[in-house]
Amino acid sequence: MENMVNVYFFGKKYSVPGDLTIMTAMEYAGYTLKRGCGCRHGFCGACATIYRIKGKNELKTCLACQTQVEEGMYVASIPFFPTDKRTYEINEIRPTQQIMMELYPEIYSCIGCNACTKACTQNLNVMQYIAYAQRGEFEKCAEESFDCVGCGCCSVRCPAEISHPMVGLLARRLTGKYIAPESEHLNTRVEEIHRGAYDDLIEQIMEKPITEMQELYNNREIEK
Amino acid sequence: MFTPEMMESVKKVEATRDMRMGMEPRRMTAEEKDTLLKEFHPDYRQEAFEEIKIGPNKGQKAPAELVHLLHSNSRLLQDKVDLNKVDYDVDVLIIGGGGAGASAAIEAHEAGAKAMIVTKLRIGDANTMMAEGGIQAADKENDSPVQHYLDAFGGGHFAARPELLRRLVMEAPDAIQWLNKLGVMFDKDEEGRMVTTHGGGTSRKRMHACKDYSGAEIMRTLRDEVLNRKIPVVEFTSAVELIMDEKGQAAGAVLLNMETDDYLVARAKTVIIATGGAGRMHYQGFPTSNHYGATADGLILGYRAGAPLLYQDTIQYHPTGVAYPSQIFGALVTEKVRSLGAMLVNKDGEAFMHPLETRDVAAASIIRECKARDKGVTTPLGSGVWLDTPMIERIGGEGTIEKRIPAMLRMYMNYGIDMRKLPILVYPTLHYQNGGLEIGGEGFTKAISNLLVAGEAVGGIHGRNRLMGNSLLDIIVFGRNAGKAAAAKAREVTLGTMNLDHVEKYAEELDAAGVTTGDVSPLLLPKYARHEREEA
Repeated sequence: MENMVNVYFFGKKYSVPGDLTIMTAMEYAGYTLKRGCGCRHGFCGACATIYRIKGKNELKTCLACQTQVEEGMYVASIPFFPTDKRTYEINEIRPTQQIMMELYPEIYSCIGCNACTKACTQNLNVMQYIAYAQRGEFEKCAEESFDCVGCGCCSVRCPAEISHPMVGLLARRLTGKYIAPESEHLNTRVEEIHRGAYDDLIEQIMEKPITEMQELYNNREIEK
Repeated sequence: MFTPEMMESVKKVEATRDMRMGMEPRRMTAEEKDTLLKEFHPDYRQEAFEEIKIGPNKGQKAPAELVHLLHSNSRLLQDKVDLNKVDYDVDVLIIGGGGAGASAAIEAHEAGAKAMIVTKLRIGDANTMMAEGGIQAADKENDSPVQHYLDAFGGGHFAARPELLRRLVMEAPDAIQWLNKLGVMFDKDEEGRMVTTHGGGTSRKRMHACKDYSGAEIMRTLRDEVLNRKIPVVEFTSAVELIMDEKGQAAGAVLLNMETDDYLVARAKTVIIATGGAGRMHYQGFPTSNHYGATADGLILGYRAGAPLLYQDTIQYHPTGVAYPSQIFGALVTEKVRSLGAMLVNKDGEAFMHPLETRDVAAASIIRECKARDKGVTTPLGSGVWLDTPMIERIGGEGTIEKRIPAMLRMYMNYGIDMRKLPILVYPTLHYQNGGLEIGGEGFTKAISNLLVAGEAVGGIHGRNRLMGNSLLDIIVFGRNAGKAAAAKAREVTLGTMNLDHVEKYAEELDAAGVTTGDVSPLLLPKYARHEREEA
């Protein structure tokens, strides 16, 4: 007999195998998921979930696809959260402290409660990356927020109504585009291709008979 | 945590680690690979394939589950939709909100077209988001697009369409530069040189990455750009059928609001199918690394309207899916784990193959080790082999795993397995649809002049096997091209009267062929609720 546990989806009790994740347990219970289910492997943030274990006070947040069920779990999935993304023209803005003030001024209302960090399903130091954003330290903000999957649990819990994932995203785009050094070898290769430096070579290889291609492939030198 | 039996085997892996550290296992010869594939690759299991009875690929084989959908009828035979009531009217309708769809939308918008994305889940709920290891481009001094072509062509068993592969490799550096200029944070050193590694079957280190969130970093940047441009994205809305006109052009699509079950009509001068893959079809009972919506919808839509498939009988099984624990069964363990030095090791601690063979060869080799040689480790759901991850820390220094593959570390730590100290158990997982709808170099289907396809829904770019890092690349290259081409084409298209005649005609052909499944297609979502599984 499988080890069954009792869980409560939206307050209703179900008995489910204890080795399931919250997501597969919901399906076991009979749910056909539409909202709250995306990649199913912890990368997309679709399955933000809030739960409390019966008899305990602590409120927890998690990704339903990455979290095993527990006895007495009261589960509510968050089908959508109105995160507040501001729009901008990436080619017009610059990585100055000013831009964060303009686009996400509410980050300066952070009261330092650390609820965002506590809520993070990826165990990121969310409050720290917001602090970096406040100071215009975008590279640090980008690094600290890099593993964010945008589930929004931080924003759900924030008393200052900050949309943390959007702040991290802006910092990363600014870092990727403006702060990280340019790749000269990439620019050179793009330029070579555009001026046709490989046109003849690629035509030649495309026209080779299969036997010759097999020969070339099977004997090609592999970089150590 | 691992079971005591597994830990016994771990001891054997640890016992051989020092000896294995300095050696590089021999690569297989071409003949050895051929024999291995024929005997153990799932594509060669004849009983898993069936013949397609009608349509452009009539008489050819495809996975039985796909054939079932191809042999099923449209919802719209039963559910009638008034095409005169147009809900959306656009130049470019993009079906699918993954990397290809988002790239297409950005370029179509850039070209001045009125573009719209429809997606049955959310924008970004796509295999792109889950691509971990990286994206190929020949941009280093010792490399060239020609070398990239050779690697991909050989890795795909010399079956790629040369015109498509040429575009893939020649436009790769441009794709990286485009992404970088949008703000994608590639791994670079202090001078700005891209940190690049090998993938299975590459002859040069040309795998660019964003830690092991490569696809996620690309997807969230593309999504942000789509939203910044205020391109309409209609979420939780699937396309259930293409709409045609009397000239044989595509004229839009019938949409289904997934939440309210309402039908909607989208009229469009050009349509781009960017619906992605089919992992959730679970061919041959395999688990999958794919996202929830990977159900081959676009293939069904296109085929029903008359667009041919290519290489629909070749599927990629990623050699390293999670074999244990069961909660993450089938999840992807990025190939980058092997790029960074982890070896594949059997239950006796033997490195049974070179870790960087192509994916089809590696998958077949693991299957052979478990099924024919009894060298696999038994798990609750089957068996697996070890991927010796502690080697990465030995080779790259302490902290390498946390820095380069943080998602992997996090995924296993959730279940009490520290991959820095213990090896992990892997087995092939259904990963990628090598085949799909056939396109020409400009991205258009040959049968329908204003219908385009981009991304995993395309067949022919990679041949019969795909190299790591060429899929993130193809969604960008072919997504962008499709967006540009669709925008240009939209300026010269004059639509006639919209109709769904092809749906009736398809039903008649099925009837004439004596085929009935009793189901409707496209599938839209897999049947995972317990009562649905029991019915299936």
